[in-house]
Amino acid sequence: MTNHQFKSKATIGWLWKMSWRDWKASRKKLYLIIASIVLGISAVVAIQSFGANLKAQIKEDSKKLMGADYIVSSRQAPTEKLSFILDSLGGAKAQEINFASMAFFPKSEGSKLVKVSGYSGDFPIYGELETFPVEAADAYFKHKGALVDATTMLQFDLRLGDSVKIGKLTFSIIGSLKSIPGKSAISSSIMPPVFIPSNQLDSTGLLQAGSRVGYQYYFKADSLQNLKALEQKLEIVLDAENANITTHTSAGEKLGKAYNNFSMFLNLVAFTALLLGCLGIASATNIYIKEKKKAIAVLKCIGVTRKQTFLIYLFQIIFIGLIGSILGTALGLFLQQMFPLLLKEFLPVGVSFFISPKVIALGIGLGVVMSVVFSLYPLISTWFVTPNQVLRAQETDNKNTKILGYIIAPTITLTVFLFSYLLLGEIFISIIFLIAIVLVFTAIRLLAGLFIVMIKKSFPKQWSFPSRQGLSNLFRPGNQTITLILCIGVGVFLINTLYLTKDGLINNATVQKDSNIANILLLDIQKEQIPGIRGTIAGFNQPVIDEIPVIAMKVHSIKGIKTLALKADSTNGIKEWVLDGIFRASYRDSLISSEHVLEGEWQGTADQSEVIPISIGKGFRKAGKLELDDEITFNVQGVLMPCKIASIRNIEWSSMQMNFAVIFPKGVMEDAPQTNVLTTKAPTDKIAANLQRALVKKHPSVTVIDIRSLMVVVEGILSKIALVINFLALFSILTGFIVLVSAVRTSKFQRLKENAMLRTIGATSKQIVKMTIVEYFFLGILGAFSGTVLSLIAGKMLAVYTFKAPFVVSWIPVVFIPLLITLLVVIIGVLNNLSVMKTSPKEILKG
Amino acid sequence: MSQILNIKNLSKEFKTGDQILRILEDINFSLNEKETFSIVGPSGSGKTTLLGICAGLDSTSSGDVELCGVNLGDLNEDEKAILRSQKVGFIFQDFQLLPSLTALENILVPLELQGHKDIEKIGIELLEKVNLGDRKNHYPSQLSGGEQQRVAMARAFANNPTILFADEPTGNLDEESGENVVNLLLELNKDAGTTLVIVTHDLELAKRTQRMVVLKGGKIQKEASTI
Repeated sequence: MTNHQFKSKATIGWLWKMSWRDWKASRKKLYLIIASIVLGISAVVAIQSFGANLKAQIKEDSKKLMGADYIVSSRQAPTEKLSFILDSLGGAKAQEINFASMAFFPKSEGSKLVKVSGYSGDFPIYGELETFPVEAADAYFKHKGALVDATTMLQFDLRLGDSVKIGKLTFSIIGSLKSIPGKSAISSSIMPPVFIPSNQLDSTGLLQAGSRVGYQYYFKADSLQNLKALEQKLEIVLDAENANITTHTSAGEKLGKAYNNFSMFLNLVAFTALLLGCLGIASATNIYIKEKKKAIAVLKCIGVTRKQTFLIYLFQIIFIGLIGSILGTALGLFLQQMFPLLLKEFLPVGVSFFISPKVIALGIGLGVVMSVVFSLYPLISTWFVTPNQVLRAQETDNKNTKILGYIIAPTITLTVFLFSYLLLGEIFISIIFLIAIVLVFTAIRLLAGLFIVMIKKSFPKQWSFPSRQGLSNLFRPGNQTITLILCIGVGVFLINTLYLTKDGLINNATVQKDSNIANILLLDIQKEQIPGIRGTIAGFNQPVIDEIPVIAMKVHSIKGIKTLALKADSTNGIKEWVLDGIFRASYRDSLISSEHVLEGEWQGTADQSEVIPISIGKGFRKAGKLELDDEITFNVQGVLMPCKIASIRNIEWSSMQMNFAVIFPKGVMEDAPQTNVLTTKAPTDKIAANLQRALVKKHPSVTVIDIRSLMVVVEGILSKIALVINFLALFSILTGFIVLVSAVRTSKFQRLKENAMLRTIGATSKQIVKMTIVEYFFLGILGAFSGTVLSLIAGKMLAVYTFKAPFVVSWIPVVFIPLLITLLVVIIGVLNNLSVMKTSPKEILKG
Repeated sequence: MSQILNIKNLSKEFKTGDQILRILEDINFSLNEKETFSIVGPSGSGKTTLLGICAGLDSTSSGDVELCGVNLGDLNEDEKAILRSQKVGFIFQDFQLLPSLTALENILVPLELQGHKDIEKIGIELLEKVNLGDRKNHYPSQLSGGEQQRVAMARAFANNPTILFADEPTGNLDEESGENVVNLLLELNKDAGTTLVIVTHDLELAKRTQRMVVLKGGKIQKEASTI
């Protein structure tokens, strides 16, 4: 035997060159794959970059957001001990006393619920109080005037020098409030701020027992002070004084969490777009590499090794991934600049744009990784193309490809998991998503296989030739049935799941209107004020619909364990707000229309001698880790009320009725300190305005909420949220369409020669179109409807378990989208074949 | 003269379901350096399978194939590929040019695989030899069948192969183009001094080689010297 050197002299450079040569000739087929990567990556980059910008801005502006390093808040005038604690902290730099009240504007005779604040000291410590004119920020105190929210001034056509009446006092408006550290545009639009000098608060006559007054003390910390340690140290001591502490760092974190559902949806959009991109890559490269098998066999025949052929196409995929991800990253960075404009009113800070290197690396890295991983299966199959295939057509060694498939499948699964973890940030949710995707993939794969078997078994022999030919194209060698049904099915699944989730979220954010429900609420009514207020309402010939008692209380203990002990134990899972918060509970003997009992038995009356049987909402049950018959003791202004849970209710909080998480039976709370809520229904805007004016004049301490005007504000905000959600969902849905177009378009080359051959032997263009319609119709309809059915299941689960939003099914995702996709698939299929009809068969067959 | 191809007791079987299909049975022959040789036989006689096995594109069920002094049974797929890149040239019935490469790039691939540099001049010379000097930047789809086959020939001779396998080289061409291609093939082969194996069912073409075997039903029915 000759001593032969079996070492290839081809360099890596040559492999890149071969890859480039092939790319040049095939690039038209690859544009749609690049489009899938671009859209997938741009969604991720836009959302991640925006998130990074927002986080960084919140962190940077957290002091400005609060106006202090930390704030001590209380719902009551400071006790002696609290005053001592505040002094020991070096004394507050600024103090705020605030309460909700009706403001009356004599000029227009209009009134509005506002948040009245009185500041003393040096507020804000950080950030700036923006007023018009600028000097009004200081002047209002000196001149005993008021600063009024700028939008409210516009709304009531108020000018500087006009007056505003708060309680018993009338103030001259010195300036308008444009921006206040720590106050968002949303809170200002619901309850606009009005500043009056702190030394005038008492004289308004609104600071009386039963009023909901807030006290806030603004502190400046030493630069080296450990705020977290301070927070931990003071928490329990302040709790005993009904006060709490918020530092700028924890406020920033909480603010981040407040956008949780929204950012979860954003990340779901990014994840969906990314998955759709992956799907596009997988289906298109699968078909692309199949077309290249002959060329691969030629390469092997003339001496290119298996590794070298693999690398030639791997380099091509890396190149495609790089181009796609660079373009996608650039598009994403451009798009993210639009987010702050769209979301301006919901964001606590003005987000300035900066390019995060981390996000760029993420975009490019993800693009290349997704391209390679989702092309692995077709890439590896190049390994098993034998050189003998140049001599005769034969199938690739399927056995080996299948074995490798078992290795590649876990790699893809792991990648999907890492993608979901990267974007959704929670292992549990990521695992659930992964399982769902694997199940969907398997279900559609099985369905596609079953479909092929069924067609073969019950082939309609009586159909016309074109229909039979079109149908048999679905199972003949070289068919794309499984690839395309999987692509269409999973694509529609993702599009529809996102659509259903979007609808649910938007619906969740929509205020329910009910014409039979009261539209004016009167809050903070003392018992002795009730007859007078009833009289005023009767004077307008309007009924009092409800008289609802409201009792403020705190949880004292659960199942015998005091709240302080429960708070110290972080493992019990009880939410802080249950242990910390002051509840407003009520008592009545019957259920109202916005609630129904889920478990236990409703008890409308009770005796003072027994443990009080109460009813709680299911949200309170979950947050407090409570069950039926559990004992819970409330502290009602110093009096302990031992209760047991007799029933658990479902409450429709969006119903705009007076709902309470905790309801006591009649017969036990009648003597407890309480305020009252009266509700009435004004039939017209005019009557509503006149009634409000009369009530504010006669009973200045009573808060009047006009639900209709509030609903205008809320609906304005919600419609903007809906716009943002729709915009983002549309982006992902667009990716889905591009992916489908890409997959179906790439399948064109499979049928081109066959159809040219059929034309050669006499098939008419009409017959070829009919064959194509039949083939692509079945591919489209099966893929689209299997995806839709699965999306209904996934949508329901997402709504219930992830977003806690209602599951809303409309005809768009159930009927319109699958039909549209089927139509799209058929149209692309027919368009693919138009080139066959326009070109002479000889040219196509010549290849 | 050294032996370039040596086939001993070669058999090839395929399993289709429960049946064993015997394609080639007890084939024996050898070829010397610079010899021209044809394998003839009717369709389905196993000619192309034999060529594939001789060139290391396919494997034997039993028997030995020694190509350029190397027993192909001892080599893995990549070693066979490297051996082909160094010693073997191919011409196929349906040309098998790489569709995404130009005529010149197709010719350069075997040279590039050998790690040669500054080879464009060689490629152009080869194209001129096959009278396609002006078509170097054309893609296969822009060439006629005869032109494609001439590019394939230039590619086959590019790496100065020791042995060249041609599978029905005129099978896809009209008579005139076929005649031109065969003349060119034999002329190039004579200049290069390559051992040539042609698979054909065209006896006239076979007679233009020095020796031939006639295959029938997978067996050598006749082995003859044509000159």
